[in-house]
Parts: sequence; structure tokens; C-alpha cells
Amino acid sequence: MTQQGADRPAPPSPAMLDVEIWRGGQEGHYEDFRVPRDENQTVLDVVTYVQRHLAPALAYRFACRVGMCGSCAMTVNGRPRWTCRTHVARVIEGGRMRIAPLRNLPVIRDLVTDMSTFFDKWQAARGRFVGTEGADAGVGHEPARVRPASPERREADAAIECINCAVCYAACDVVSWREDYLGPAALNRAWAAWNDVRDDDRTGVLRAVAVAGGCLNCHTHQSCTEHCPVALSPTHSIAGLKRASMQAWLRGELKS
Amino acid sequence: MSPANFVLQRATALIMAPLVIAHLILIIAAVQGGLTGEEILARTRGSLGWGVFYGLFVLAAAVHAGIGLQTILREWTNLAKQPVTIASHGFMVLLIVLGGRAVYAVIA
Ligand code: SF4
Ligand code: SF4
Ligand code: FES
Repeated sequence: MTQQGADRPAPPSPAMLDVEIWRGGQEGHYEDFRVPRDENQTVLDVVTYVQRHLAPALAYRFACRVGMCGSCAMTVNGRPRWTCRTHVARVIEGGRMRIAPLRNLPVIRDLVTDMSTFFDKWQAARGRFVGTEGADAGVGHEPARVRPASPERREADAAIECINCAVCYAACDVVSWREDYLGPAALNRAWAAWNDVRDDDRTGVLRAVAVAGGCLNCHTHQSCTEHCPVALSPTHSIAGLKRASMQAWLRGELKS
Repeated sequence: MSPANFVLQRATALIMAPLVIAHLILIIAAVQGGLTGEEILARTRGSLGWGVFYGLFVLAAAVHAGIGLQTILREWTNLAKQPVTIASHGFMVLLIVLGGRAVYAVIA
């Protein structure tokens, strides 16, 4: 075997990536970092590298790293994205990347936002199942039959796969204009709940969303739909809620 | 936005659409036909039909604009609910008064 490489040139130093990352809380500044560029590197990989090697105090959130949990969303070069499934190659602009916390939510520290309002609005939009109440609830009841091909089941199916990442919430201008706007994710969830024919109070969903700051305030910008990483269409769901609310109101069903 | 305002906003848009088209056709036809102001007024004065046509137009436009202004103020300013309501209702009344005067001037 011949000896090779004794006078071979040294391997080129890895290409570097210039990254700016938000540091601080609501008030703060961008800090510059240089991170080795890697093929197939995701934005979350970059943030993790910075935290492990350059800035151990950097705060950020992630859990699953495979696009399931919805905890890793950040603003990357101005757009809200799920960082664990976003390849650097797709978002890099002129060799640079700027990473900030999600818009429309208060910043706790660095890349971590306080998501309580986001989840409170899910509750306010009545995005949960309401079953038959009472001591005999469910006893002796025929199980509900929901045909997979029924229109309601299809609508619920289309809206159900939300991972609660708040990317749509950060993308929506109406959320940034009105603090009481329920936002695309909560309303999308409400649409899935309203389409559950087993629910005992479907009109209750409409009462919760046909209010000031509810579905009727959506401008149909479609920014939420454009950015949703799992390709849901909150815009479509909200249009459905508008229609259902309007019909229920005309029938006098929304009076509480 | 309340369901009442949402429905009113759409209903007034539906009312205005054909009225705008009819109004445009009308003014183009009148100008092309060489009608003078006097001749136009002779046709509109005392006409219940034109009164209803433009009266409806003014009402629909005022309500539509009032609700629209309310939405814009709520979204683009920090004004509280009450000043927003006062401003948008005030604007609606103003449009009804100004429009009403104009309609009165060609009908009466
Ligand atoms: S479609 Fe509605 S919810 Fe979605 S971004 Fe636009 S205003 Fe927000
Ligand atoms: S609708 Fe899409 S963007 Fe919005 S929270 Fe759910 S998964 Fe995320
Ligand atoms: S880390 Fe779970 S979705 Fe990105």
C-alpha cells in the first residue's frame, strides 16, 4: 500500500456562517456569532452550536427536533419558521442569518417568548370538546357515528394537525394590531371543534368566536396559511367560522 | 367585530354595488346626451324614485363607512372603545347629513 497524503494540502477550513442572534428580553440587541457551515444543517443546529460552544447562557426552546412538538419556532431572516425543520440553505441570505424570537409574543429572554396569551386564547376560543354532561353521561348512549366522508369530519381532519407552534400567530398582522384578536391557531382549533358533531354545545363555539377580536376580525390576509409549517389553512377555517357565525346570528342562535 | 356589524357591512356593500354601477351609467349617459343641469334637475325634482335611489345610496355608504372607520381606528390607533364608537358614529351621521342635503337639493 502506498503512503499517501504526506504532502497533500491541508483540508480547506470549513466555510463559516455569520449569524446574528437576539440577546436580552423585550429590550436587547443582536449578537454576532460565527458558526461552521455544515451540509444539511438546520437553523436549530446553528442555535444549538452557539449555545454549546459560544454562548452557554443563550436561552431557546426545542424538544422533539422532528417537527412534532411545535416548541422551536423563531424568526429567521424576518420570517417566522419552525427551526428544527428549516435547512440553513433554504433561508440564508448573502451568507448571513438573523435569528430573533417570535413576533407578537412578549420576549422572556433571548429566543424564548412567553406563550401564555397564545394558549389562553385557545381556551377563550373554546377549542375543547364539550361532552354530554350529567351523572348518566355516556351511559346507555349509542356511540356517535361519524362517517369519515362526511363534510364535518373532512373539515375537522383538515384543521386538526396543528402543532401549536405559534408561527401563524407571529405572522398575523391583525394580532399585532389588536391585543384581543384570538389569532389564527385558536380560531383554526375552534373550527375543528365546531365540526365535531359529537360536541354537545357546538353553538357555544360560535358564541366564543363571534365576538370583538374574534373570527369576524380576520382580514383574510392568508399570512398564517402562507407560513404554517404543516400546511394547514387557518384562513379557510376562519372563513368557515365566519359563515357559520353569520348564519347562526341570522337565526338568532347567538343570543346568550 | 360583532355579527350585527359584520352582516351590515356586507349587506350595505351588496346594496351599493348595483347603485354605483347605475349611477355611473347614468352620469355618462346624461353627459353624452348633452343634458344641461337644468334639464337634469327638471327630471329629478319631485321624483320619489330618484329620492329613494340616492337616499338608499347615502344610507348604505354612511353605514358601510362608519363600520369600516370603526375597524380601522380600533386596529391602527390606541384609542379606547368609547372614543372609537363616538368617532365612527359621528362620521356616519356626518355622511348622512351631507349626503342627505345633496339628495334634498336635487329632489326638492
Ligand atoms: S388570514 Fe386572518 S388569521 Fe390569517 S394572517 Fe390573515 S388576518 Fe391573520
Ligand atoms: S396552525 Fe400551523 S402555524 Fe399555526 S400553530 Fe398550528 S401548526 Fe403552527
Ligand atoms: S423541536 Fe419540536 S417542532 Fe421543532
